[in-house]
Amino acid sequence: MPKHPRPLSPHLQVYRPQLTSVLSVFHRGTGGALSVASVILIYWLWAVSAGPQAYATAQGLLHSWFGVLVVVGISGSIFYHLCTGVRHLVWDTACGLDIRSVYRSGGIALFIALLLTLAFWFVALWSVGLIQSLWKGVLS
Amino acid sequence: MSSLRSPLGRARGWGSTGEGSHHWWVMRLSSVAMVPLMLWLMFSLAALAGADHATVTAWLAFPLNTALMILAVATLFFHANMGLQVIIEDYVHHAGLKFATLIAVKFALILLAVTGIVAIFRIAFGS
Repeated sequence: MPKHPRPLSPHLQVYRPQLTSVLSVFHRGTGGALSVASVILIYWLWAVSAGPQAYATAQGLLHSWFGVLVVVGISGSIFYHLCTGVRHLVWDTACGLDIRSVYRSGGIALFIALLLTLAFWFVALWSVGLIQSLWKGVLS
Repeated sequence: MSSLRSPLGRARGWGSTGEGSHHWWVMRLSSVAMVPLMLWLMFSLAALAGADHATVTAWLAFPLNTALMILAVATLFFHANMGLQVIIEDYVHHAGLKFATLIAVKFALILLAVTGIVAIFRIAFGS
């Protein structure tokens, strides 16, 4: 043990989570996860190029409950990473770096990411025809 | 003692990694490109969620969509390479293992990107 205990750098295990640090950790985490998930985009493109049968298999996987769960994760992650990424670009211009602005932009980034994710799912469910049938169910 | 750096090192301005601000700059540049490209990609894929094979093929064979999809895949893997490089440099501490991981990840990403672009060309030109 050193004679004078020095302050610890913010190790994740001993540091109280704050909006700022949590958003930062998740920005990196979603970036890494999305890099791995890019395999799915390449698989989908390959399936389209390979023909109707391979495409049907890919659609079957993506429309299964597990596939939908994965796409929920991807859509949330990509829109989150996009919004916090834009926040980083704003910071690079040396704007919005005081504590109040950082918390406000964090909240705004989360809100826009949520809106984009909901919009994505509205379009996707519309494309599949689920929203139309739900609407018909409400009307009848 | 104003600086520990040699006059030559300071004049070159490449810093301790030997590449100056290049990595930082191309990361920002690809980020700016990723914003419209990923919005286009995600909402296009959402709109195609219920489409059959013929519809998707016709959509991807439309020249603007072919071009944007190639740009999206290329930029995505370029950006992923930059990001994963920083993550590996931060968390893999053994020099040899770090070097090997960086190269393996780079090769894997290039393989995926080329596979994707070849697939796009096959769809666009119908072979």
